Amino acid sequence: MSESLQQHGPYHDKVVRQFTLATVLWGVVGMLVGLLIAAQLAWPVLNFDIPWLTFSRLRPLHTNAVVFAFGGSALFATSYYIVQRTCHASLFAPKLAAFTFWGWQTVIVLAAITLPMGFTQSKEYAELIWPIDILITVVWVAYGIVFFGTLVKRKMPHIYVANWFFAAYIITIAVLHIVNNLAIPVSLTESYPVFSGSVDAMTQWWYGHNAVGFFLTAAFLGMMYYFVPKQANRPVYSYRLSVVHFWALISIYMWAGPHHLHYTALPDWAQSLGMVFSLILLAPSWGGMINGMMTLSGAWHKLRDDPILKFMIVSLSFYGMSTFEGPMMSIKTVNALSHYTDWTIGHVHSGALGWVAFIVFGSIYSMLPKLYGKKEMYSIPLINLHFWVSTIGVVVYIASMWIAGVMQGLMWRAVNDDGGLSYAFIESIKTTYPYYVMRVGGGLLFFIGMLIMVYNVYKTISKSESQVSLEGSSVASSAGVSA
Amino acid sequence: MSNFWSIFVIVLVVGNILGMVWLLFSTSKGSDVNEAETTGHEWDGIKELNNPLPRWWLWLFVLTIVYAVGYLYFYPGLGSYEGSLGWSQKGEFEQAIVENNARKAEFYAEFKEMDIPVLATSAKAMEAAERLFGNNCSTCHGSGGGGAKGFPNLTDDDWLYNNDPASLVATLTNGRAGVMPNLNLSPSDVTVMAYYVKHLAGDEVSEHVQLEGKKRFATCAACHGQDGTGNKALGAPNLTDNVWLHGSRIADIEKILREGKRGNMPSFKSILSQDEIRLLSAYVLTLSSSEEASAE
Repeated sequence: MSESLQQHGPYHDKVVRQFTLATVLWGVVGMLVGLLIAAQLAWPVLNFDIPWLTFSRLRPLHTNAVVFAFGGSALFATSYYIVQRTCHASLFAPKLAAFTFWGWQTVIVLAAITLPMGFTQSKEYAELIWPIDILITVVWVAYGIVFFGTLVKRKMPHIYVANWFFAAYIITIAVLHIVNNLAIPVSLTESYPVFSGSVDAMTQWWYGHNAVGFFLTAAFLGMMYYFVPKQANRPVYSYRLSVVHFWALISIYMWAGPHHLHYTALPDWAQSLGMVFSLILLAPSWGGMINGMMTLSGAWHKLRDDPILKFMIVSLSFYGMSTFEGPMMSIKTVNALSHYTDWTIGHVHSGALGWVAFIVFGSIYSMLPKLYGKKEMYSIPLINLHFWVSTIGVVVYIASMWIAGVMQGLMWRAVNDDGGLSYAFIESIKTTYPYYVMRVGGGLLFFIGMLIMVYNVYKTISKSESQVSLEGSSVASSAGVSA
Repeated sequence: MSNFWSIFVIVLVVGNILGMVWLLFSTSKGSDVNEAETTGHEWDGIKELNNPLPRWWLWLFVLTIVYAVGYLYFYPGLGSYEGSLGWSQKGEFEQAIVENNARKAEFYAEFKEMDIPVLATSAKAMEAAERLFGNNCSTCHGSGGGGAKGFPNLTDDDWLYNNDPASLVATLTNGRAGVMPNLNLSPSDVTVMAYYVKHLAGDEVSEHVQLEGKKRFATCAACHGQDGTGNKALGAPNLTDNVWLHGSRIADIEKILREGKRGNMPSFKSILSQDEIRLLSAYVLTLSSSEEASAE
């Protein structure tokens, strides 16, 4: 820890520690549910004929748990950590920050109860019913106050690039969440959206794709912009590249939603705009990848010895790959093949596992020892093991879904000379079956990696306390676990 | 789209694209910057270099913008401007339908004059029909036509409706709606009649059930016939053949007696052509009488 940092402390890190442990906990839960539903697709008997355990109810639980519980907690943790250190200021309104922790955990627990019970708005990634939506809004506004309040308090003339991305994500998610969830309640658990028909669909996918763009991309780029240069101990590659790709990314992402609705009742003009702006999005996305990777230029040798950096650089590779794949899939002719197939599922997971989860793993391994006053993680070889197990897991997962998806797309569109479809739907499922089993294998590896991380985190925290330097760490560990 | 919204869309699209171009060229200037120089800022020990934008990346960005501009010239996108090619997804869909119908017309031409029993012997026709069955019928009747609870087995010789070619075509074309009414029987009558129905299919029952059941069966006979062998004109099942569409347990039969039952075979009039329906009717015949068909 550098000299300059300590004289600006102490920072409010209790809430960071809580959110970090919550990230690990929800990572295990979310990935376990994912593993179960992947297995259900291969072996339907695992639905057990129990309504709460059916695929239909657990699938939204899985997506909400990994995106908003695991990813969300990681973003709260790292944004609070980063904004303090890059502003040389402690958190504004720390009590409000504590509220965001308990508020967000309440949202997660309510989601974990209501989704298996079958309460849903039926909007993808916005399934939670209206009372929970209101709680999310309150927590999110509090988050904004804490974050922007800390920015205002900063002792630095300039705002670091990581904070641009966090700021854009906090503002945009607030707008997206509120607009897409506008609904008229008819009971405590039911409501009707104010939009209807294709307007409703367009609003949903404007929300849905920007949840990917701002929650799962912009915010994690913020995480990347702090932890990559920090871990590599190298300056960021290019300030002007940051400027260009930031503004390009946040303005162009807004248009991309209609590519989820190609060849539907959505008007042609909206579909075309969704497609061309998705294509323009390629370069801005790669701007972030280049800036992260080139930060290592001149220090590539560090990749050999530091598994934390490996996590980060491989996450940037997956980011580059899925942001290439995304624009390609938005092209209407490609989409006509890929849409509704497992290719989409593979694409999402190359982003969610390869990019989002990997940058979270790297960041937590980098941040956790500092949060608990330790020199480094309990075991570096275990980080390396985690890295290899999960890398193989991701590759198996997305490769199986690529093959399955392309096969499904080709089988569904095949027409015979009698003008009829060549294959019945069930035949495509039969052909997909081995890849569903393979996917379970990939998911299992990824989950095992997560368990290795839990062990390493536990051993790091409970390691002899002789090196403790930050105040309040003992309070935090107990609070975090009870989340 | 009204003029206002059209202009609104165009302004936003053009504005965003021009903004990108301006951003690119204003930041790509002055690339003679010393690459080892940082911006002079430092946050928590993190410094920033200010390398020029990588050329290949810059040109990739420009290329996508050029592509977008071209696409929006050729295809609809800029508000109510329809694009120079006059393309629409509705037009593309209709064109695909026309092409596929031409393919169908060519294929089905040779089957037009064939009677359904003859169709059933044509390997080429039955191969196409098998795929039609897989895509349209198997969801309910199963891939092999074996049916499921509530969905008739098409491979046995038990027919709810008549199985002459004209009736099969009518079933597929217009669908069938079978109605077993709720007769408002008392609970004890429900149980008696359930056992009596089992008796009709050959089960041993008490004399009391035989006596009481026979008395009450008059109501049932209106549809199922005096002897319980059913009425194919109405789709009233034969109760004597030990084939149980909705389950053979006493509880299953009681449920139907208590609540009634509506069967629904949907109409395929708007989904399949008459040619396709004739092929499918022939295929259904081969399912139930595969031995006879091969013998003929």
